[in-house]
Amino acid sequence: MQALYAQLLVGLINGSFYALLSLGLAVIFGMLNIINFAHGALYMMGAFVAYFLLNIGGINYWWALLLAPIVVGIFGMILERTMLQWLTGLDHLYGLLLTFGIALIVQGVFQNYFGSSGMPYAIPDQLKGGMNLGFMFLPVYRGWVVIFSLVVCIATWFLIEKTRLGAYLRAATENPTLVRAFGVNVPRMITLTYGLGVGLAALAGVLSAPINQVRPLMGADLIIVVFAVVVIGGMGSIMGSIITGFALGVIEGMTKYFYPEASNTVVFVLMVLVLLVKPTGLTGRAA
Amino acid sequence: MAETATVDAPAEAATGANLLQVRNLEAWYGESHILHGINFDVNAGEVVTLLGRNGAGKTTTLKSIMGIIGKRTGSVKFNNQDIIRTTSDKIARMGIAFCPEERGIFSSLDVRENLLLPPVVRPGGLPLEQIFDLFPNLKERLNSQGTKLSGGEQQMLAIARILRTGANFLMLDEPTEGLAPVIIQQIGHTIARLKKEGFTILLVEQNFRFASTVADRYYVVEHGKIIDGFSNSELAANMDKLHTYLGV
Repeated sequence: MQALYAQLLVGLINGSFYALLSLGLAVIFGMLNIINFAHGALYMMGAFVAYFLLNIGGINYWWALLLAPIVVGIFGMILERTMLQWLTGLDHLYGLLLTFGIALIVQGVFQNYFGSSGMPYAIPDQLKGGMNLGFMFLPVYRGWVVIFSLVVCIATWFLIEKTRLGAYLRAATENPTLVRAFGVNVPRMITLTYGLGVGLAALAGVLSAPINQVRPLMGADLIIVVFAVVVIGGMGSIMGSIITGFALGVIEGMTKYFYPEASNTVVFVLMVLVLLVKPTGLTGRAA
Repeated sequence: MAETATVDAPAEAATGANLLQVRNLEAWYGESHILHGINFDVNAGEVVTLLGRNGAGKTTTLKSIMGIIGKRTGSVKFNNQDIIRTTSDKIARMGIAFCPEERGIFSSLDVRENLLLPPVVRPGGLPLEQIFDLFPNLKERLNSQGTKLSGGEQQMLAIARILRTGANFLMLDEPTEGLAPVIIQQIGHTIARLKKEGFTILLVEQNFRFASTVADRYYVVEHGKIIDGFSNSELAANMDKLHTYLGV
Protein backbone atom coordinates (compact mmCIF):
# COMPACT_ATOMS: atom_id res chain seq x y z
CA MET A 1 0.00 0.00 0.00
CA GLN A 2 2.89 2.36 0.76
CA ALA A 3 3.98 2.13 -2.84
CA LEU A 4 0.49 2.90 -4.08
CA TYR A 5 0.28 6.07 -1.99
CA ALA A 6 3.75 7.07 -3.09
CA GLN A 7 2.74 6.73 -6.74
CA LEU A 8 -0.46 8.60 -6.05
CA LEU A 9 1.63 11.46 -4.67
CA VAL A 10 3.98 11.40 -7.65
CA GLY A 11 0.91 11.46 -9.85
CA LEU A 12 -0.51 14.47 -8.03
CA ILE A 13 2.78 16.30 -8.37
CA ASN A 14 3.06 15.61 -12.07
CA GLY A 15 -0.60 16.53 -12.29
CA SER A 16 0.20 19.90 -10.71
CA PHE A 17 2.70 20.64 -13.44
CA TYR A 18 0.35 19.38 -16.15
CA ALA A 19 -2.43 21.55 -14.78
CA LEU A 20 -0.32 24.73 -14.52
CA LEU A 21 1.09 24.23 -18.01
CA SER A 22 -2.12 23.23 -19.74
CA LEU A 23 -3.94 26.07 -18.01
CA GLY A 24 -1.46 28.54 -19.51
CA LEU A 25 -1.80 26.88 -22.90
CA ALA A 26 -5.59 27.10 -22.69
CA VAL A 27 -5.50 30.79 -21.75
CA ILE A 28 -3.11 31.56 -24.59
CA PHE A 29 -5.03 29.51 -27.12
CA GLY A 30 -8.28 31.20 -26.16
CA MET A 31 -6.99 34.71 -26.63
CA LEU A 32 -4.26 34.41 -29.28
CA ASN A 33 -5.49 31.36 -31.12
CA ILE A 34 -1.95 30.09 -30.99
CA ILE A 35 -0.84 26.64 -29.88
CA ASN A 36 2.17 27.71 -27.88
CA PHE A 37 4.85 25.13 -28.51
CA ALA A 38 7.35 27.39 -26.74
CA HIS A 39 5.59 26.59 -23.47
CA GLY A 40 8.02 23.88 -22.39
CA ALA A 41 11.02 26.08 -23.10
CA LEU A 42 9.49 28.90 -21.04
CA TYR A 43 8.81 26.46 -18.19
CA MET A 44 12.49 25.54 -18.34
CA MET A 45 13.43 29.24 -18.34
CA GLY A 46 11.40 29.68 -15.15
CA ALA A 47 13.51 27.03 -13.44
CA PHE A 48 16.71 28.59 -14.78
CA VAL A 49 15.73 32.07 -13.61
CA ALA A 50 15.22 30.62 -10.12
CA TYR A 51 18.63 28.94 -10.39
CA PHE A 52 20.36 32.17 -11.48
CA LEU A 53 18.62 34.20 -8.81
CA LEU A 54 19.85 31.82 -6.14
CA ASN A 55 23.38 31.18 -7.41
CA ILE A 56 24.23 34.62 -8.78
CA GLY A 57 22.03 37.00 -6.85
CA GLY A 58 21.63 35.01 -3.64
CA ILE A 59 17.89 35.49 -3.97
CA ASN A 60 15.95 32.68 -2.37
CA TYR A 61 13.18 30.35 -3.54
CA TRP A 62 10.33 32.45 -2.21
CA TRP A 63 11.39 35.51 -4.18
CA ALA A 64 11.98 33.27 -7.20
CA LEU A 65 8.35 32.15 -7.05
CA LEU A 66 7.44 35.78 -7.62
CA LEU A 67 10.29 37.01 -9.80
CA ALA A 68 10.75 34.13 -12.25
CA PRO A 69 7.19 34.32 -13.60
CA ILE A 70 7.59 38.10 -13.98
CA VAL A 71 10.94 37.83 -15.79
CA VAL A 72 9.78 35.04 -18.09
CA GLY A 73 6.41 36.77 -18.51
CA ILE A 74 8.18 39.90 -19.75
CA PHE A 75 10.29 37.78 -22.10
CA GLY A 76 7.05 36.23 -23.38
CA MET A 77 5.43 39.62 -23.87
CA ILE A 78 8.43 40.73 -25.92
CA LEU A 79 8.03 37.60 -28.07
CA GLU A 80 4.36 38.41 -28.51
CA ARG A 81 4.95 42.05 -29.44
CA THR A 82 7.79 41.37 -31.82
CA MET A 83 6.68 38.11 -33.44
CA LEU A 84 3.45 36.40 -32.42
CA GLN A 85 1.22 39.41 -32.99
CA TRP A 86 1.93 39.25 -36.72
CA LEU A 87 0.34 35.81 -36.90
CA THR A 88 -3.18 37.12 -36.24
CA GLY A 89 -5.54 35.72 -38.83
CA LEU A 90 -3.06 33.24 -40.26
CA ASP A 91 -3.38 29.47 -40.23
CA HIS A 92 -2.54 27.68 -36.96
CA LEU A 93 0.38 26.07 -38.70
CA TYR A 94 2.36 29.33 -38.70
CA GLY A 95 1.96 29.78 -34.96
CA LEU A 96 2.98 26.18 -34.44
CA LEU A 97 6.10 26.54 -36.55
CA LEU A 98 7.11 29.85 -35.01
CA THR A 99 6.64 28.80 -31.40
CA PHE A 100 8.28 25.44 -32.05
CA GLY A 101 11.22 27.29 -33.59
CA ILE A 102 11.43 29.61 -30.59
CA ALA A 103 11.43 26.56 -28.29
CA LEU A 104 14.31 24.96 -30.22
CA ILE A 105 16.35 28.16 -30.18
CA VAL A 106 15.81 28.81 -26.47
CA GLN A 107 16.59 25.19 -25.56
CA GLY A 108 19.60 25.19 -27.86
CA VAL A 109 21.05 28.30 -26.27
CA PHE A 110 20.67 26.87 -22.77
CA GLN A 111 22.08 23.52 -23.84
CA ASN A 112 25.06 25.27 -25.33
CA TYR A 113 25.96 26.85 -22.00
CA PHE A 114 24.73 24.28 -19.51
CA GLY A 115 24.89 20.93 -21.30
CA SER A 116 22.18 18.38 -20.80
CA SER A 117 22.73 17.26 -17.25
CA GLY A 118 20.69 18.59 -14.39
CA MET A 119 21.83 21.15 -11.88
CA PRO A 120 20.57 20.79 -8.34
CA TYR A 121 18.31 23.34 -6.73
CA ALA A 122 17.93 22.88 -3.00
CA ILE A 123 14.58 22.63 -1.31
CA PRO A 124 14.12 25.78 0.81
CA ASP A 125 14.74 25.21 4.51
CA GLN A 126 11.16 25.91 5.49
CA LEU A 127 9.91 23.06 3.30
CA LYS A 128 12.49 20.43 4.14
CA GLY A 129 11.67 17.21 5.91
CA GLY A 130 8.47 15.25 5.92
CA MET A 131 5.39 14.32 7.80
CA ASN A 132 4.20 10.90 8.80
CA LEU A 133 0.54 10.80 7.86
CA GLY A 134 0.08 7.36 9.39
CA PHE A 135 -0.55 5.60 6.12
CA MET A 136 2.40 7.18 4.32
CA PHE A 137 5.38 9.49 4.63
CA LEU A 138 4.77 12.86 2.95
CA PRO A 139 7.77 15.01 2.03
CA VAL A 140 6.70 18.55 2.92
CA TYR A 141 7.94 20.07 -0.32
CA ARG A 142 5.83 17.73 -2.42
CA GLY A 143 2.73 18.49 -0.44
CA TRP A 144 3.48 22.18 -0.86
CA VAL A 145 3.75 21.84 -4.65
CA VAL A 146 0.37 20.15 -4.92
CA ILE A 147 -1.45 22.61 -2.67
CA PHE A 148 0.22 25.73 -4.06
CA SER A 149 -0.46 24.66 -7.67
CA LEU A 150 -4.07 23.99 -6.83
CA VAL A 151 -4.41 27.45 -5.26
CA VAL A 152 -2.79 29.14 -8.29
CA CYS A 153 -5.01 27.20 -10.70
CA ILE A 154 -8.17 28.13 -8.82
CA ALA A 155 -7.08 31.76 -8.54
CA THR A 156 -6.51 31.86 -12.30
CA TRP A 157 -9.89 30.26 -12.89
CA PHE A 158 -11.49 32.85 -10.61
CA LEU A 159 -9.72 35.69 -12.42
CA ILE A 160 -10.99 34.54 -15.78
CA GLU A 161 -14.49 33.36 -14.92
CA LYS A 162 -15.55 35.71 -12.14
CA THR A 163 -13.92 39.12 -12.56
CA ARG A 164 -14.47 42.08 -14.83
CA LEU A 165 -11.03 41.67 -16.37
CA GLY A 166 -11.92 38.04 -17.02
CA ALA A 167 -15.15 39.14 -18.71
CA TYR A 168 -13.04 41.25 -21.10
CA LEU A 169 -10.85 38.23 -21.77
CA ARG A 170 -13.76 35.90 -22.44
CA ALA A 171 -15.52 38.47 -24.61
CA ALA A 172 -12.35 39.20 -26.57
CA THR A 173 -11.88 35.46 -27.11
CA GLU A 174 -15.27 35.44 -28.84
CA ASN A 175 -15.14 38.72 -30.74
CA PRO A 176 -12.00 40.83 -30.34
CA THR A 177 -13.10 43.39 -32.94
CA LEU A 178 -16.27 44.29 -31.07
CA VAL A 179 -14.57 44.39 -27.67
CA ARG A 180 -12.03 46.78 -29.12
CA ALA A 181 -14.82 48.90 -30.60
CA PHE A 182 -16.16 49.28 -27.05
CA GLY A 183 -12.95 51.06 -26.11
CA VAL A 184 -10.84 48.21 -24.74
CA ASN A 185 -7.22 48.12 -25.84
CA VAL A 186 -7.39 44.51 -27.04
CA PRO A 187 -3.85 44.24 -28.44
CA ARG A 188 -2.45 45.20 -25.04
CA MET A 189 -4.76 42.70 -23.37
CA ILE A 190 -3.51 39.97 -25.72
CA THR A 191 0.09 40.77 -24.82
CA LEU A 192 -0.72 40.63 -21.10
CA THR A 193 -2.58 37.35 -21.57
CA TYR A 194 0.42 35.79 -23.22
CA GLY A 195 2.52 37.10 -20.35
CA LEU A 196 0.11 35.50 -17.87
CA GLY A 197 0.09 32.12 -19.61
CA VAL A 198 3.86 32.11 -19.91
CA GLY A 199 4.21 33.27 -16.29
CA LEU A 200 2.22 30.22 -15.18
CA ALA A 201 4.65 28.00 -17.07
CA ALA A 202 7.61 29.73 -15.41
CA LEU A 203 5.96 29.30 -12.01
CA ALA A 204 5.65 25.57 -12.68
CA GLY A 205 9.34 25.60 -13.61
CA VAL A 206 10.31 27.12 -10.26
CA LEU A 207 8.14 24.63 -8.38
CA SER A 208 9.70 21.77 -10.27
CA ALA A 209 13.35 22.85 -9.82
CA PRO A 210 13.91 21.25 -6.38
CA ILE A 211 12.18 18.02 -7.46
CA ASN A 212 13.40 17.45 -11.00
CA GLN A 213 16.59 19.55 -11.05
CA VAL A 214 17.24 22.32 -13.56
CA ARG A 215 17.91 21.03 -17.08
CA PRO A 216 17.72 22.69 -20.53
CA LEU A 217 15.48 19.90 -21.84
CA MET A 218 13.23 19.58 -18.79
CA GLY A 219 10.43 21.29 -20.68
CA ALA A 220 10.85 19.39 -23.91
CA ASP A 221 10.22 16.11 -22.09
CA LEU A 222 7.19 17.40 -20.27
CA ILE A 223 5.48 19.39 -22.99
CA ILE A 224 4.58 16.36 -25.12
CA VAL A 225 2.51 14.93 -22.27
CA VAL A 226 1.03 18.34 -21.56
CA PHE A 227 -0.20 18.63 -25.13
CA ALA A 228 -1.87 15.25 -24.78
CA VAL A 229 -3.49 16.55 -21.59
CA VAL A 230 -4.73 19.63 -23.43
CA VAL A 231 -6.14 17.54 -26.26
CA ILE A 232 -7.95 15.29 -23.79
CA GLY A 233 -9.28 18.20 -21.73
CA GLY A 234 -10.36 20.27 -24.68
CA MET A 235 -8.50 23.30 -25.92
CA GLY A 236 -9.60 26.58 -24.46
CA SER A 237 -11.53 25.35 -21.41
CA ILE A 238 -10.07 26.73 -18.19
CA MET A 239 -11.59 24.43 -15.61
CA GLY A 240 -11.31 21.51 -18.04
CA SER A 241 -7.57 21.95 -18.36
CA ILE A 242 -7.09 22.15 -14.58
CA ILE A 243 -9.14 19.05 -13.80
CA THR A 244 -7.69 17.05 -16.69
CA GLY A 245 -4.18 18.04 -15.65
CA PHE A 246 -4.54 16.71 -12.12
CA ALA A 247 -6.61 13.70 -13.18
CA LEU A 248 -4.13 12.53 -15.79
CA GLY A 249 -1.25 12.95 -13.38
CA VAL A 250 -3.05 10.65 -10.96
CA ILE A 251 -3.99 8.15 -13.67
CA GLU A 252 -0.37 8.07 -14.79
CA GLY A 253 0.75 7.50 -11.18
CA MET A 254 -1.75 4.71 -10.69
CA THR A 255 -0.63 3.05 -13.88
CA LYS A 256 2.93 3.09 -12.58
CA TYR A 257 1.73 1.07 -9.62
CA PHE A 258 -0.58 -1.38 -11.34
CA TYR A 259 1.09 -1.80 -14.73
CA PRO A 260 4.39 0.11 -14.85
CA GLU A 261 5.14 -0.84 -18.46
CA ALA A 262 2.24 1.32 -19.65
CA SER A 263 2.90 4.35 -17.47
CA ASN A 264 4.59 6.32 -20.24
CA THR A 265 1.92 5.62 -22.80
CA VAL A 266 -1.30 5.65 -20.80
CA VAL A 267 -1.88 9.35 -21.40
CA PHE A 268 -1.52 8.92 -25.14
CA VAL A 269 -3.79 5.88 -25.19
CA LEU A 270 -6.40 7.96 -23.36
CA MET A 271 -5.88 10.75 -25.85
CA VAL A 272 -6.62 8.42 -28.74
CA LEU A 273 -9.72 7.06 -27.00
CA VAL A 274 -11.04 10.54 -26.21
CA LEU A 275 -10.40 11.75 -29.75
CA LEU A 276 -12.28 8.76 -31.15
CA VAL A 277 -15.32 9.42 -28.97
CA LYS A 278 -15.26 13.21 -28.63
CA PRO A 279 -12.92 15.00 -31.03
CA THR A 280 -13.28 18.36 -29.26
CA GLY A 281 -11.93 16.93 -25.99
CA LEU A 282 -13.84 16.20 -22.80
CA THR A 283 -14.81 19.79 -22.03
CA GLY A 284 -14.09 21.45 -25.34
CA ARG A 285 -16.57 23.23 -27.54
CA ALA A 286 -16.68 22.75 -31.27
CA ALA A 287 -14.37 25.25 -32.95
CA MET B 1 -21.20 65.49 -58.63
CA ALA B 2 -24.29 67.70 -58.69
CA GLU B 3 -26.20 65.16 -56.71
CA THR B 4 -23.68 64.77 -53.95
CA ALA B 5 -23.25 68.52 -53.79
CA THR B 6 -26.84 68.94 -52.71
CA VAL B 7 -26.35 66.17 -50.23
CA ASP B 8 -23.29 67.82 -48.72
CA ALA B 9 -25.38 70.63 -47.36
CA PRO B 10 -27.43 69.06 -44.58
CA ALA B 11 -31.06 69.11 -45.56
CA GLU B 12 -32.13 70.35 -42.20
CA ALA B 13 -29.40 71.60 -39.93
CA ALA B 14 -31.95 72.49 -37.34
CA THR B 15 -30.93 70.64 -34.22
CA GLY B 16 -27.38 71.52 -33.40
CA ALA B 17 -23.75 71.74 -34.30
CA ASN B 18 -22.20 69.45 -36.85
CA LEU B 19 -21.12 66.39 -34.85
CA LEU B 20 -20.06 63.96 -37.56
CA GLN B 21 -18.77 64.93 -40.96
CA VAL B 22 -17.97 62.23 -43.50
CA ARG B 23 -16.19 63.27 -46.68
CA ASN B 24 -15.17 61.14 -49.62
CA LEU B 25 -15.02 58.01 -47.46
CA GLU B 26 -13.79 54.94 -49.30
CA ALA B 27 -13.38 51.50 -47.78
CA TRP B 28 -12.21 48.05 -48.79
CA TYR B 29 -12.83 44.51 -47.54
CA GLY B 30 -9.62 42.83 -48.59
CA GLU B 31 -9.52 43.35 -52.34
CA SER B 32 -13.11 44.41 -52.81
CA HIS B 33 -13.78 48.11 -52.93
CA ILE B 34 -17.05 48.69 -51.03
CA LEU B 35 -17.38 52.43 -50.39
CA HIS B 36 -16.68 54.79 -53.30
CA GLY B 37 -16.74 58.21 -51.68
CA ILE B 38 -19.43 58.64 -49.04
CA ASN B 39 -20.40 62.19 -48.03
CA PHE B 40 -22.82 63.09 -45.27
CA ASP B 41 -23.22 64.91 -41.99
CA VAL B 42 -24.91 64.27 -38.69
CA ASN B 43 -25.75 67.12 -36.38
CA ALA B 44 -25.81 66.86 -32.63
CA GLY B 45 -29.13 65.61 -31.32
CA GLU B 46 -30.37 64.25 -34.65
CA VAL B 47 -31.52 60.81 -35.66
CA VAL B 48 -30.18 60.17 -39.16
CA THR B 49 -31.01 57.05 -41.11
CA LEU B 50 -29.02 55.44 -43.89
CA LEU B 51 -31.37 53.68 -46.28
CA GLY B 52 -30.45 51.41 -49.14
CA ARG B 53 -30.62 47.93 -50.52
CA ASN B 54 -28.68 44.97 -49.23
CA GLY B 55 -25.00 45.30 -50.04
CA ALA B 56 -25.20 49.02 -50.77
CA GLY B 57 -22.54 49.80 -48.15
CA LYS B 58 -24.58 50.98 -45.16
CA THR B 59 -23.03 48.63 -42.62
CA THR B 60 -19.59 49.22 -44.08
CA THR B 61 -20.13 52.95 -43.59
CA LEU B 62 -20.85 52.44 -39.89
CA LYS B 63 -17.91 50.09 -39.49
CA SER B 64 -15.61 52.53 -41.25
CA ILE B 65 -16.65 55.31 -38.89
CA MET B 66 -16.06 52.94 -35.96
CA GLY B 67 -12.59 52.14 -37.31
CA ILE B 68 -13.10 48.41 -37.74
CA ILE B 69 -12.62 48.25 -41.50
CA GLY B 70 -8.97 47.63 -42.26
CA LYS B 71 -8.51 49.86 -45.26
CA ARG B 72 -10.32 53.19 -45.39
CA THR B 73 -9.51 56.60 -46.88
CA GLY B 74 -11.11 60.01 -47.00
CA SER B 75 -12.08 61.96 -43.94
CA VAL B 76 -14.32 61.23 -40.97
CA LYS B 77 -14.50 64.11 -38.54
CA PHE B 78 -16.08 63.66 -35.14
CA ASN B 79 -16.29 66.81 -33.04
CA ASN B 80 -13.96 68.34 -35.66
CA GLN B 81 -11.28 65.73 -35.04
CA ASP B 82 -10.28 63.54 -37.96
CA ILE B 83 -10.60 59.89 -36.91
CA ILE B 84 -9.91 58.15 -40.21
CA ARG B 85 -6.55 56.86 -38.92
CA THR B 86 -7.64 56.31 -35.31
CA THR B 87 -7.96 52.78 -33.89
CA SER B 88 -11.41 51.66 -32.84
CA ASP B 89 -10.68 51.56 -29.11
CA LYS B 90 -9.67 55.23 -29.22
CA ILE B 91 -12.68 56.12 -31.37
CA ALA B 92 -14.92 54.46 -28.77
CA ARG B 93 -13.26 56.52 -26.06
CA MET B 94 -14.14 59.72 -27.96
CA GLY B 95 -17.80 58.90 -27.42
CA ILE B 96 -18.95 56.82 -30.39
CA ALA B 97 -20.72 53.54 -29.65
CA PHE B 98 -21.67 50.84 -32.10
CA CYS B 99 -24.46 48.28 -31.95
CA PRO B 100 -23.72 45.72 -34.67
CA GLU B 101 -26.28 44.08 -36.90
CA GLU B 102 -25.52 40.61 -35.51
CA ARG B 103 -25.91 42.17 -32.03
CA GLY B 104 -22.66 40.74 -30.73
CA ILE B 105 -23.98 39.28 -27.48
CA PHE B 106 -21.25 37.18 -25.86
CA SER B 107 -22.23 33.61 -25.07
CA SER B 108 -19.53 33.09 -22.46
CA LEU B 109 -20.85 36.08 -20.49
CA ASP B 110 -24.11 36.29 -18.58
CA VAL B 111 -26.53 39.17 -19.18
CA ARG B 112 -25.09 41.24 -16.35
CA GLU B 113 -21.54 40.80 -17.66
CA ASN B 114 -22.68 41.63 -21.19
CA LEU B 115 -24.42 44.74 -19.94
CA LEU B 116 -21.42 45.93 -17.92
CA LEU B 117 -18.81 44.94 -20.50
CA PRO B 118 -18.28 48.19 -22.45
CA PRO B 119 -16.12 50.41 -20.27
CA VAL B 120 -17.41 53.84 -19.30
CA VAL B 121 -15.64 56.23 -21.67
CA ARG B 122 -16.89 59.53 -20.30
CA PRO B 123 -19.32 60.82 -17.69
CA GLY B 124 -22.98 61.27 -18.53
CA GLY B 125 -24.06 57.73 -19.38
CA LEU B 126 -27.47 56.50 -18.34
CA PRO B 127 -27.55 55.02 -14.85
CA LEU B 128 -28.53 51.37 -14.61
CA GLU B 129 -31.97 52.13 -13.09
CA GLN B 130 -32.84 54.18 -16.13
CA ILE B 131 -31.66 51.42 -18.45
CA PHE B 132 -33.81 48.87 -16.60
CA ASP B 133 -36.65 51.33 -16.84
CA LEU B 134 -36.22 51.30 -20.63
CA PHE B 135 -35.72 47.52 -20.81
CA PRO B 136 -37.45 45.87 -17.84
CA ASN B 137 -36.97 42.39 -19.33
CA LEU B 138 -33.23 42.62 -18.90
CA LYS B 139 -33.47 43.17 -15.17
CA GLU B 140 -35.26 39.87 -14.72
CA ARG B 141 -32.72 37.94 -16.74
CA LEU B 142 -29.46 39.31 -15.41
CA ASN B 143 -28.07 35.90 -14.55
CA SER B 144 -28.99 34.15 -17.79
CA GLN B 145 -26.37 33.32 -20.37
CA GLY B 146 -26.27 36.17 -22.89
CA THR B 147 -27.21 34.11 -25.89
CA LYS B 148 -30.08 32.34 -24.09
CA LEU B 149 -32.15 35.52 -24.46
CA SER B 150 -34.75 35.86 -27.20
CA GLY B 151 -33.80 37.80 -30.32
CA GLY B 152 -35.66 40.88 -29.09
CA GLU B 153 -34.06 40.73 -25.67
CA GLN B 154 -30.63 40.32 -27.23
CA GLN B 155 -31.26 43.43 -29.32
CA MET B 156 -32.32 45.34 -26.21
CA LEU B 157 -29.21 44.14 -24.40
CA ALA B 158 -27.05 45.21 -27.34
CA ILE B 159 -28.54 48.71 -27.19
CA ALA B 160 -28.67 48.87 -23.40
CA ARG B 161 -25.00 48.13 -22.91
CA ILE B 162 -23.87 51.11 -24.99
CA LEU B 163 -26.12 53.55 -23.12
CA ARG B 164 -24.26 53.47 -19.83
CA THR B 165 -20.82 54.20 -21.29
CA GLY B 166 -21.32 57.93 -21.70
CA ALA B 167 -20.96 57.74 -25.48
CA ASN B 168 -23.34 60.30 -26.94
CA PHE B 169 -23.18 59.23 -30.57
CA LEU B 170 -24.82 55.86 -31.18
CA MET B 171 -24.64 53.86 -34.38
CA LEU B 172 -27.37 51.22 -34.58
CA ASP B 173 -27.15 48.72 -37.41
CA GLU B 174 -30.59 47.36 -38.30
CA PRO B 175 -31.92 47.17 -34.76
CA THR B 176 -35.31 45.86 -35.91
CA GLU B 177 -34.11 43.06 -38.15
CA GLY B 178 -35.99 39.83 -37.59
CA LEU B 179 -38.01 41.11 -34.64
CA ALA B 180 -41.73 40.97 -33.89
CA PRO B 181 -43.79 44.15 -34.48
CA VAL B 182 -44.42 44.74 -30.78
CA ILE B 183 -40.69 44.65 -30.09
CA ILE B 184 -39.96 46.90 -33.04
CA GLN B 185 -42.39 49.35 -31.50
CA GLN B 186 -40.57 49.16 -28.17
CA ILE B 187 -37.26 49.85 -29.89
CA GLY B 188 -38.87 52.79 -31.69
CA HIS B 189 -40.00 54.24 -28.34
CA THR B 190 -36.52 53.71 -26.98
CA ILE B 191 -34.88 55.57 -29.85
CA ALA B 192 -37.34 58.45 -29.47
CA ARG B 193 -36.58 58.61 -25.77
CA LEU B 194 -32.82 58.48 -26.34
CA LYS B 195 -33.14 61.38 -28.73
CA LYS B 196 -34.92 63.33 -25.99
CA GLU B 197 -32.09 62.46 -23.61
CA GLY B 198 -29.74 64.18 -26.05
CA PHE B 199 -28.18 61.21 -27.83
CA THR B 200 -27.27 61.59 -31.48
CA ILE B 201 -28.15 58.48 -33.46
CA LEU B 202 -27.02 57.18 -36.83
CA LEU B 203 -29.32 54.38 -37.86
CA VAL B 204 -29.05 51.83 -40.62
CA GLU B 205 -32.42 50.41 -41.59
CA GLN B 206 -34.04 48.28 -44.25
CA ASN B 207 -37.36 48.74 -42.50
CA PHE B 208 -38.31 52.04 -44.00
CA ARG B 209 -41.64 52.26 -42.21
CA PHE B 210 -39.85 51.92 -38.88
CA ALA B 211 -37.22 54.48 -39.84
CA SER B 212 -39.89 57.02 -40.73
CA THR B 213 -41.20 56.93 -37.15
CA VAL B 214 -37.88 57.94 -35.60
CA ALA B 215 -35.64 59.70 -38.14
CA ASP B 216 -35.07 63.42 -38.67
CA ARG B 217 -33.23 62.95 -41.93
CA TYR B 218 -32.43 60.23 -44.45
CA TYR B 219 -29.60 59.45 -46.77
CA VAL B 220 -29.87 56.86 -49.50
CA VAL B 221 -26.83 54.67 -50.10
CA GLU B 222 -26.28 52.86 -53.37
CA HIS B 223 -23.17 51.16 -54.73
CA GLY B 224 -21.04 52.66 -51.98
CA LYS B 225 -22.17 56.26 -52.51
CA ILE B 226 -24.77 58.56 -51.03
CA ILE B 227 -27.14 59.23 -53.92
CA ASP B 228 -29.81 61.27 -52.20
CA GLY B 229 -30.76 62.89 -48.93
CA PHE B 230 -33.83 64.58 -47.51
CA SER B 231 -35.49 65.48 -44.25
CA ASN B 232 -38.51 63.85 -42.67
CA SER B 233 -40.71 66.74 -43.76
CA GLU B 234 -39.69 66.14 -47.37
CA LEU B 235 -40.45 62.47 -47.06
CA ALA B 236 -43.91 62.48 -48.66
CA ALA B 237 -42.58 64.31 -51.72
CA ASN B 238 -39.79 61.79 -52.10
CA MET B 239 -41.81 58.62 -51.67
CA ASP B 240 -41.84 57.65 -55.35
CA LYS B 241 -38.10 58.15 -55.68
CA LEU B 242 -37.55 56.12 -52.55
CA HIS B 243 -39.56 53.20 -53.85
CA THR B 244 -37.35 53.16 -56.91
CA TYR B 245 -34.15 53.37 -54.85
CA LEU B 246 -35.13 50.65 -52.46
CA GLY B 247 -37.03 48.51 -54.92
CA VAL B 248 -40.01 48.16 -52.63
